Formats: sequence, structure tokens, C-alpha cells
Amino acid sequence: MKERQIRVVVNGRPYERTVEVRKTLADFLRDDLELTGTHLGCEHGVCGACTVIVDGAAVRSCLLFAAQMNGREIRTVESLANGDRLNPLQEAFWEHHGLQCGFCTPGFLMTLTQFLQDCPNPTEPQVREAIAGNLCRCTGYKNIVAAALAAADKMAAASLKTSR
Amino acid sequence: MQRVPLHAGEGGGLRIKPPRFEYLAPTSLDDALGLLADHGEDAKVLAGGQSLVPLLNFRLVRPGFLIDLNEIPDLSYIRSENGRIAIGAMTRQRAVEMSDVVADRCPLLADAMPQIGHFQIRNRGTVGGSLAHADPAAELPAVVAALGGELVVRSRRGQRTLTPEQFFVAYLTTSVEPAELLVEVRLPAAPPRTGAAFVEVSRRHGDFALVGVAASVTLDEAGVCTGCAIALTGVGPTPVVARDAARGLIGVKPGDDVFVEAGRRAAAPLRPDGDLHASSEYRKHVAAVLTRRALARAVSRVGTR
Repeated sequence: MKERQIRVVVNGRPYERTVEVRKTLADFLRDDLELTGTHLGCEHGVCGACTVIVDGAAVRSCLLFAAQMNGREIRTVESLANGDRLNPLQEAFWEHHGLQCGFCTPGFLMTLTQFLQDCPNPTEPQVREAIAGNLCRCTGYKNIVAAALAAADKMAAASLKTSR
Repeated sequence: MQRVPLHAGEGGGLRIKPPRFEYLAPTSLDDALGLLADHGEDAKVLAGGQSLVPLLNFRLVRPGFLIDLNEIPDLSYIRSENGRIAIGAMTRQRAVEMSDVVADRCPLLADAMPQIGHFQIRNRGTVGGSLAHADPAAELPAVVAALGGELVVRSRRGQRTLTPEQFFVAYLTTSVEPAELLVEVRLPAAPPRTGAAFVEVSRRHGDFALVGVAASVTLDEAGVCTGCAIALTGVGPTPVVARDAARGLIGVKPGDDVFVEAGRRAAAPLRPDGDLHASSEYRKHVAAVLTRRALARAVSRVGTR
């Protein structure tokens, strides 16, 4: 086949589309769904800017085809904020200057979204290893690591509050 | 003014990188083998896509057909059976990394897994894909070579079970025929009192190794070595099994001098290619050092499982 009809749920919203089979998931999200928060840096799996979450797992959307996504649930960076209200991870990036130009930020945020779910109380070396697959050419990573650690604290405090 | 689409050119598509191909998504192994029998010569098999899709995006490969295995559920499993573990070709690397069975029965594989790419790569990348891609600096081929695993390939005509020496032929080249598919890899379960380590040096975390060493050591109650396996990656077109170096440990109580000697013996026959990242001499030096470290770490882990 050269085209395939797919049904996907992206950020909680169902879509049905016909896609050319060689279109990557990243291009599908950006061009077909106009979700341009997912950025494309290298388009060969090195930079991590296009990281999204498919069925709970952070993956490079430039290395998947949209045609493979039938029945899948996808989360992109657009799912994080609630309107103008940033989520705790985004807030921590803001507070700790975890970004400068912001091009790589969606990838870092989605990588860290899965990582902090799997590892809610990480050490600094664990954070550094988790983000090793995402390239940033501005921050020197220090502030990104600080933001991730602060976000973990924020999220732990928030869940403590709700559990009381 | 006429707007010129980005990435126009071949096919004229707006922002599409890979070349045109016919996409086939079989839902059973039989269907996949049928498609390979019909189109194998002009087809690429898509597993996790973490190596193939970059090649497609660069248009370095232009297959007529792309046969996607991701909709075949029964190629993904980790089984412990008859003193060995069997792993389905489409098992995600992350699943192997997280597997208690693997941690318990195959500590060398467990130690190697986190060193493959990054976790986002391992979320998608598969065991079979990495082995069939046969990158000369990859971790999994060295693990399978060190342990003398078995690689099961199947076609519509039948099944072959290959040794690593038969399977890995050259750079990015295996003996899998166009109509065949790698379906399973089998590794012997580690005997009691076995320790293992995979150590590598790379330019950045997650990069392919400049040199990597897989080592597994089994000791008896008295601390005398009864089994040893060593394989190196990044130092030749296929994984290099250091039989002579491993044999030197058998029958002795391993210590620092034994590890140094094993490193010397492992590195001596190597003639690695040099490149931008490391000269041949440097790789050879690192091979000796990492063999020593891998053995020392493996021995230190005996009995800790």
C-alpha cells in the first residue's frame, strides 16, 4: 500500500486520517494535525527534539511512520499545559532557566515526562543519563538538570498534598 | 510568487524525507514469510526502525517494499526454557532491560542493555533488529558471540539455527537470506556463581562504542574459574571472540595479574580500523584495558545475584 487510513488519539482527541505511508509521525503531527510543538532537528534519531510519548513510552517521532500508529495513543508537548497554566515540569524549566532558544525544549519535556513517571525521585546522575539522548546547544544542560530535579520535588509535594 | 515546497524534489511531496516504497504490514509470521518469499530481494524488514529509518530518511536505502513486523504480536517474548533463555526478535530492548528473567538468568545481557543507545531508542529498538543490522560496534552481537548463543532464522521453506560465527559475516552483513527472517535468539542461562560485565568506551553516553567488551566468569566454591567467555565489539567487522584470553582463566583463581594477561592476549591479534574517533593503536590499547576491567568487574559480581 502507498496510503493507509489510521485512527489515532492525540492528546486525548481522536483523529481519523489517510496518510502517505512514508510520512513520519513527526511530519504527520506537524503538517496534518498542525501540532507544531513537536520540533524536528536532525530527522535521523540523534537530537531528540521530536520526542513524543506513544502508548506511554517516549520515542523519536522522526523514526516512526504515521502509518504505524493505527490504534495508538500519542502525547505531544501540547498536552502538558492547561491553557496558559504551565504544568509543574514546564514551570520548573521557567523558574530554572532550563531553556534559552527553546528549540529542543519540547523533546526534553516529553523525555522527562516519561522519566519522572518511571523514576519520581531521581538522583542527579539519573537525570543526566535520562536526558543524554536529547541535545541542547544553549543551556549547557546544567539548568535543565536543575529544572528536572526541581520538578520532581514539586510533583512529590503536590502528590503528598492530594494524598492528605 | 510561486511557493516552492520544502523537501520537494523526488516525488514532489511536501516535507517528506524517505523515498517511495510499498508498505506491507503482515499480522502473522506466516504472512511475513510469504511476503519475504515474494519480495525479499527488493524488500527491507522494519523492526524498531532505529537504524533503518535514519537510512531511509537519508535515502541511503531505497527498498521497493517495506515489510513492517510491528503488527505481529507473537514475535515478542522472553522465555526461560531448558537451561536457556529465548527472546523473540521483535522484543523491545527496553523490555529486555527491565526483565527479571534476564537479570536472573543472563546477567551479561542485563548489563549490556542500558548501554544500547538511549532509553527512547530502547523503547522502540528491538533485539532482532539490532542483531540483524549487525553494526560492528553494537552491544548485542558481542553478547551473543561471547555466550555462543543461537540465532534462529526462518523462511517459508524451513528453519535454520545459526551460531554467531555463521550469522555475522561482515560489516552490517549477516548470512540471513533475502527470503529469511531472524525470529529468535537463544542464550544459555548462566550457571550458579557466574558474574558478568559489559564495559565500553564511547565518545558520549549512548553513542556506539569505540570498543566494548563482554565478559562472563564462573567460579567454583573455592574461587577457581571453571568457565569464562569474552567477546569484543568495535574492533573488527564482526564481534571478536577472545577464546585464547578466556582459556587463560580456566583452572586458576583469577586476580589482577590474570586480568592483565587476559587483556594482553585479547588485544594481541586485533587489527582494528582507525577512524576519526580513534586510531587503530588506541582501539587496541583500549581493548586490553577494557578486557581487564570487564573481567575484574565480572569476578567481583560472582555470587551477588
